[in-house]
Amino acid sequence: MGHPSMSSTYDAIVVGAGIVGAACALEAAQAGLRVAIIEPAVIGGGATAAGMGHIVVMDDSEAQFALTHYSRELWQALRPELAAEVEYDACGTLWFAADAEEMAEVERKAAFFRERGVRVEVLDAHALHEAEPNLRPDLVGALLVTDDAVVYPPAAARQLIQAVQQRGGVLLHGRRVVKISEPEAAKARLQLDDGSHLDAHWIINAAGAWAVQLTPGLEIKPRKGHLVITDRYPAFVHHQLVELGYLKSAHAMTAESVACNIQPRRTGQILIGSSRQFGATDPATEPQMIQRMLQRACSFMPGLAHLTALRTWTGFRAATPDKLPLIGPALGHERVYLATGHEGLGITTSLGTAKLVIDQMLKRESAIAAAPYLPSRNLAEIQHD
Amino acid sequence: MTEPSMTEQVTITINDQQVTVPNGCTVTGALLRQGVDWGRRSVSGDPRGPLCGMGICFECRVTVNGQTQVRGCQLLCQEGMQVRTDG
Amino acid sequence: MASVASVDNQGQAHRVEADVLVIGGGPAGLAASACAAESGKRVVLVDDNPSLGGQIWRGAKASAGDSGDSALWRDRVRHAGVTVLTGTRVVSQLAPHVLLAERDGTGNGTAVQLRFQQLVLALGGRERFVPFEGWTLPNVMGVGGLQALVKGGMPIRDRSVVIAGTGPLLLAVAASLRHAGARVLLIAEQAPLRRLATFSTELLRVPAKLRQAISLQASLYGIPYLTGCYPLAAHGADGGQRLHSVTLRQGSRTWDLRCDYLATGFHLVPNTELAAMLGCSLVDGVVQVDAEQRTSQPTILCAGEATGIGGVELSLIEGQIAGYAASGQLQRDSQRAAALQSARLRWQRFASALNACFALRPELGELAGPTTIVCRCEDVRLGQLDGIDGIEGWRAAKLHTRCGMGPCQGRICGPILAQLRGWPAESIRPPVFPTTIKTLMADFTDR
Repeated sequence: MGHPSMSSTYDAIVVGAGIVGAACALEAAQAGLRVAIIEPAVIGGGATAAGMGHIVVMDDSEAQFALTHYSRELWQALRPELAAEVEYDACGTLWFAADAEEMAEVERKAAFFRERGVRVEVLDAHALHEAEPNLRPDLVGALLVTDDAVVYPPAAARQLIQAVQQRGGVLLHGRRVVKISEPEAAKARLQLDDGSHLDAHWIINAAGAWAVQLTPGLEIKPRKGHLVITDRYPAFVHHQLVELGYLKSAHAMTAESVACNIQPRRTGQILIGSSRQFGATDPATEPQMIQRMLQRACSFMPGLAHLTALRTWTGFRAATPDKLPLIGPALGHERVYLATGHEGLGITTSLGTAKLVIDQMLKRESAIAAAPYLPSRNLAEIQHD
Repeated sequence: MTEPSMTEQVTITINDQQVTVPNGCTVTGALLRQGVDWGRRSVSGDPRGPLCGMGICFECRVTVNGQTQVRGCQLLCQEGMQVRTDG
Repeated sequence: MASVASVDNQGQAHRVEADVLVIGGGPAGLAASACAAESGKRVVLVDDNPSLGGQIWRGAKASAGDSGDSALWRDRVRHAGVTVLTGTRVVSQLAPHVLLAERDGTGNGTAVQLRFQQLVLALGGRERFVPFEGWTLPNVMGVGGLQALVKGGMPIRDRSVVIAGTGPLLLAVAASLRHAGARVLLIAEQAPLRRLATFSTELLRVPAKLRQAISLQASLYGIPYLTGCYPLAAHGADGGQRLHSVTLRQGSRTWDLRCDYLATGFHLVPNTELAAMLGCSLVDGVVQVDAEQRTSQPTILCAGEATGIGGVELSLIEGQIAGYAASGQLQRDSQRAAALQSARLRWQRFASALNACFALRPELGELAGPTTIVCRCEDVRLGQLDGIDGIEGWRAAKLHTRCGMGPCQGRICGPILAQLRGWPAESIRPPVFPTTIKTLMADFTDR
């Protein structure tokens, strides 16, 4: 921890020490920049702590695939350095099919991934049952995405922050940003809640749920989700399990939806999701949502019903209308960059996001095209659903 | 506990072994009467035993009739109950 | 009479309706439910334990020290037609006036929906534990804990026991253990003699307590009772398989004592979690109530240790007040109300003296070192909480060390971290107690 002097200028200051902010700060530090990261509360305590920590390649769109695939490769490269607390587990994802239509989707996804060099395996009913004996035996099959993984995100954020500090970067803990501005040509400024200010060449707004307060007008809406975690039941589940109906849920036009999403943790605990609600701003857990979500999960894995739940909680995903994050200069700004709007893919895409942001700041060439994620893209005409 | 007459006894199995205890004995009481280490371990492998006796500390957990994570100190033995400590 | 659909073998969820729902079957809950039901109200009494009586009256069958009050109140509850659900614990709130509870079977839990007009929380208290090196060894138990386990069938005859902690419970348990044939080697009370002497004068004011104290003294004849004495460490044998001995300190003197069991507990802390989850205000860690035992939430009352640790007599009085108030009878008999209020005042004074006497000495906050386990569920050691940049308070500890993330939901480690680090309790989220998934997903809408 350090105390910034009023006149010191950092090269880059990251607002928010969640997984995305931490990744951006480390990428900046590794590029040789003088970095600070500012966080009013607990490191990794926002959406980073609330979500599932699933590292997954997605095929909803080419842009989503590009970012998730790129990011997953970065996680794999980082894996040998990750501490035990991060609990990196390359358990793979099983997208399971309950009927012929969903099985056709399995085949379509398999083809999509294979064409792009992603290792997958198609499992029939028998193979699926062998892979996950506690799933309902009458499921039709599944797509195994072998190299997907699970991590414990708060520990990952903390380790990235520690790496920032080892490179001379500074964690400004317990301070809160109230305003971002660009008072002069070569400077960006953060105004803090204690009346002081910090200047930098660049500012990265990675404040997640609070990003809109600092950069007004962002096309981000909170999407509430519920989760349940059980006591320890080692070897009950082996892979991250996602129903193919999940995609129908994530795209649903209704205000509330649930889908079966079951994750094994290194402790042997089982994390159960998922739910999505628009327009809900109260963080209180809602019993009816918990009921629906658990009923959905148990419909595929009946044995879950006998397990003990220790905790339930909610979190808010930062959602954009086209389901792609905002990565790049904020509209009307030169020195303020956005790294937010990751909806349910923040953990996965944190590393790719960090690369893209720093690439743009330093005018480096990016490994993937940055255009689909630029805040300057036309979002106003797309309806949130 | 006051020792009961033979008609107030209950027989349960602990890890497939039949055990007879006074009626009113809890599952944890039955285990403690056997005087053996039933293998309760902390998450990092240290030996543990019951602490609070009132169902709060969860150090007394066993599997009863197939249901895991049952607090033995809060459950009275019932005839035919199947208790496992290796779950 | 409340109606309870019988629980069928498939474990179907069930509804229970009550005019007055009482949570907790210890002295306060028994008194509240009897008083409410005697007026004709439908009263349902819910308790987690297999039998009624709470902790202090655990074990329905006669045992040493079981007062006539216990049988008296249980009889009153029975005769008043209270519906009793044992092995049942409240999990969460489904809607205003509707709670979700889980009821044990011998294998599966059953979901129960509890609907009420008035709710009386008689949640009781639990032992406070103070960590020291070796406190997690098998055969180190709470003071009330050891007694409860003995009542539950644990053999103690001819086993040696050291009792080290604080509070009147030490003496009551020592007497009870001796009666069961244990060899009680020593009672170590951390409070200094001068504080105990001051408390004794308080005892003189209350004849019933004085009689109790004198009779206890008789049954404890020959057992050393050391004041200003506390445990420093417990030591194991067989590679930590069980307790072997305990190191004690009194003043400048330190010595080891070989024993089979160490009963260590430091008075009580109130069980406030359910009250907090339901939105009741807490002040100084206890549920805030008015003269009628009403909390900050309309329709919710609270009585007994959860409103402040005060002992059986105070719990019984508060329970009666709450029971009469919840059933709308309190003001109808102003003489009775006045008698109860003035009795409560007297016993509250006694409770204040009690709690002041047994306050923890500062040395107890230094017994735990960096390698001492403070969170038993997750094996988190004190040093882990201090070694990390930016770690302060419960949220940081939970996310970055797993402290408090285990099944006890912070009930054991919460008071410990409050004592050692001053961390205030966090807001409570459901489930207020570990619950099966089956219960959490029970759907009552079509019933």
